[in-house]
Amino acid sequence: MNIVSVALKNLTRKKVRTILTIGGVAIAIAVLVSLWEFDTGYQRSLNADIDKMGYQVLVTAKGCPYEAATLMLQGGGGLRYMDETVYQKIVSDPRIDKITPQLVATAYDPARQAGRGGVSLYMGIDRSYLALKPWTKYKLGKWFSSEDANEVIMGYEAAEYEQRAPGDKILISGRNEVLTVVGIFERNGTQDDGIIFMPLKTTQKIFELPGKLTGIGIKLKDMRQLSKFEEDLYNVPGIQIISLAQVKGTILNLISSAKAMTNSVAMIAIIIALIGVVNTILMSVFERTSEIGVMKAIGASRLDIFKIIWVETTLICVFGGLLGNVIALLGGKAIEYVIKTVLPYAPKGHLIVITPHIVLHSFFGAVIMGFIAGLYPAFRASSMKPIEAIRKGE
Amino acid sequence: MKKTVIKASGLTKVYIRGTEEVYAVNGIDLEIHDGDFIALMGPSGSGKTTLLDLIGCLDSISSGSLEVFGKDVSKIKENRLVGLRRGHIGFIFQDFLLIPSLTALENVELSLYFARQPQDRKRLTRLFEKVGLGHRIDHLPKEMSGGERQRVAIARALAVSPKFLIADEPTGNLDTRSSQEILDIFKKINKDEGLTIILATHNPRLGSQADRIVYLKDGKVVSKEESSLY
Repeated sequence: MNIVSVALKNLTRKKVRTILTIGGVAIAIAVLVSLWEFDTGYQRSLNADIDKMGYQVLVTAKGCPYEAATLMLQGGGGLRYMDETVYQKIVSDPRIDKITPQLVATAYDPARQAGRGGVSLYMGIDRSYLALKPWTKYKLGKWFSSEDANEVIMGYEAAEYEQRAPGDKILISGRNEVLTVVGIFERNGTQDDGIIFMPLKTTQKIFELPGKLTGIGIKLKDMRQLSKFEEDLYNVPGIQIISLAQVKGTILNLISSAKAMTNSVAMIAIIIALIGVVNTILMSVFERTSEIGVMKAIGASRLDIFKIIWVETTLICVFGGLLGNVIALLGGKAIEYVIKTVLPYAPKGHLIVITPHIVLHSFFGAVIMGFIAGLYPAFRASSMKPIEAIRKGE
Repeated sequence: MKKTVIKASGLTKVYIRGTEEVYAVNGIDLEIHDGDFIALMGPSGSGKTTLLDLIGCLDSISSGSLEVFGKDVSKIKENRLVGLRRGHIGFIFQDFLLIPSLTALENVELSLYFARQPQDRKRLTRLFEKVGLGHRIDHLPKEMSGGERQRVAIARALAVSPKFLIADEPTGNLDTRSSQEILDIFKKINKDEGLTIILATHNPRLGSQADRIVYLKDGKVVSKEESSLY
């Protein structure tokens, strides 16, 4: 017989009360864990999305940086145009490792979405695009036959949607141009999956944008040169430089205010659970007044009694912590679904990521919560005078 | 010459109730020796329980002096009294006061845990047999009769090998047969092991079986005739 077994047996005495209290802690912990998981998952997915873009810097025509950031992550580059001469001016900069020009264009297709109409996304690229994304593989077919061929390579989802295979023809609505599908990329989990690629020159021709680009993707040899590089481009008129670190920061800033609010809700849940635990344990201390008195009579020290009550409180919080993690784990999918529906931009991949780090942190958080919640009831119990406790309980 | 276990001189305990001073124990002189079996008798409110609380080192004294095992208790602070009680004084209460969530054996083991003594299962089994509960050690208090619960309480008190035993109305909640059985256990322990027992009871039939009876009235020791019990 020791203090832990006494505490455990005490908790089983009023099972419903104990279960409800553990439930309260579990819900608070589940909310907290889900938020941490979301935070981790969102950042991880965002990083993955950004890494898969292949470039760290995007040069675009001047415009709203927020709009540009969103459009970029959704596959566009900000539909403002800049002159190709910008590309020619910076292409030979020795600090650049890889660089690719892009021209994004859209065409309204009334046949899309079962006749409801929708926008098809086209991107004009050259071979350098693949150099920036070495992981891109062909599912079928090959690269364009020439730099101005009337050919397309389709992203995996675009091809699936349109049910096309190499050799098929594709009509660009509103432009009355028919192009031949020469290749289909494998799925890579980015926005590229939904894009129809064309040679840059062909895109400029079809969409009547000669010498225009929407963006230039750049990978620097050394990221530490970024600020100097930006500074040097500052004087080029009509462009802006967006580093993906900035984009990431912008998006994280956008969600951070929402996060602050949900964190406050989680903190309130924790405080309510904490009060619930204190209340439960205090109630059980008062109910056991005579027992505490008799334990002191037969030799229990103040510290012994303190420890029993403290361990009881901590056990409630530990079980609540464990259960909360299980709930967060099981409920993660549902929460992810809701978040993806609500957020204006949600990266691909899992938004809720459970890591041992989070589980350990929340678990120790629950233990600390137990330590705090147990202090007052344990102090009250240990301060009882044996004789008064025995007589009061009788 | 028997060793003195408890020596009280002018022992007084005063409670303040509002503006009134209540002398629960009022100048008692009492000497209890090793191996004594003493019954404290008297009507309700005569001070039996308060006297037991004082000599059991559960409560502080107001005035007079009290020596337990030769130590002056009045000079020991209340939170230090636990050291004097632990492993030296066994308590048995009218309401048994067992921990309901623990089995009979666990209740006894807990007292050993608090007394910082080893929890020897074999020894405890023998102890339960001695109090006539060998077959019920794994039962919870709620599964036991009043008499059985009180036997568990006796086992709990004896487990720590105390120097004396304090029993406050131990048969108050028991029927006549169970009461006599409990008293027989006390008598046997006192006789066989020489354990000092101080018992408070209302019951003259039980009290008369002790070696010595101390009559109390209004917090004072009185003669048998004065006690208004007879």
